[in-house]
Amino acid sequence: MKARVFITLKSGVLDPQGEAVRHSLGTLGFQGIEAVRQGKVIELTLSETDPARAEAEVRAMCEKLLANTVIENYAVELA
Amino acid sequence: MKAAVIVFPGSNCDRDLAVAFERATGRKPAMIWHKDQDLPDGLDVIGVPGGFSFGDYLRCGAIAARSPISRALVRFAERGGHILGICNGFQILTEAGLLPGTLMRNAGLKYICRDVSLTVQTTDSAFTNAYAKGQKVTFPIAHHDGNYETGSDTLKRLQDGDRIAFTYDDNPNGSIMDIAGILSENRRVLGMMPHPERLNDNQLGGEDGSLMFHSLTQALVSA
Repeated sequence: MKARVFITLKSGVLDPQGEAVRHSLGTLGFQGIEAVRQGKVIELTLSETDPARAEAEVRAMCEKLLANTVIENYAVELA
Repeated sequence: MKAAVIVFPGSNCDRDLAVAFERATGRKPAMIWHKDQDLPDGLDVIGVPGGFSFGDYLRCGAIAARSPISRALVRFAERGGHILGICNGFQILTEAGLLPGTLMRNAGLKYICRDVSLTVQTTDSAFTNAYAKGQKVTFPIAHHDGNYETGSDTLKRLQDGDRIAFTYDDNPNGSIMDIAGILSENRRVLGMMPHPERLNDNQLGGEDGSLMFHSLTQALVSA
């Protein structure tokens, strides 16, 4: 079973990298971009076959290591 | 005073930190590899050095904070031990939950390596009691992710508890409230982005940093 973890900055946390990307897109002529927030995707391949157990396990991984919950949110998607 | 320095793969300030401890105490600190499970007995202070532990993978300090030795480090802190985390060491201490907040990418997105002027905000700790409150000191910084960020509740706790140890006089990285270093609630864990261990010898540009190690030695000599 595969799991995807999406890690994003919490709203209110300044994202200087996203801001730089937004600015660069503006200089390329893309218009109407109100905000850019940069995050990361982590793909996991698990031996677990039960979706509920897999999700619980991946959420525990997020809490313990994959996300810094001081500034980041995470979402888990199973496939 | 018995000191130790933890060494992670990618640490690069561990030997400078060891020299700073040795100059202040007259004894070589123990160098502890990150895979060690236990700390030597009778330690008074542990230094967590700067560098790029584990290549800054995932987040700066995140993987080091889950190393076997970091569990021993947390237990050491819980027993009231003193810990000094510098630069990547500060990032590791926040990731390990020993200090609040986090260090984000510098607001200007650039790695910054230069001397900066700091103000000593509190002398109420073993690390800073040899300085004067409000004293200006010059320490080098060398980081890409030193932009201290925390919620307003934590910020208020840091202010009310007199736990902001150093502030930047000319904020280089966007840190909230110009914060360069903070203390734990029991005042025995200090995390800071600037490098006191790098200005520890007049022949190498200055001695502002050596006061911190003398301060520690004096405070902990009877411990």
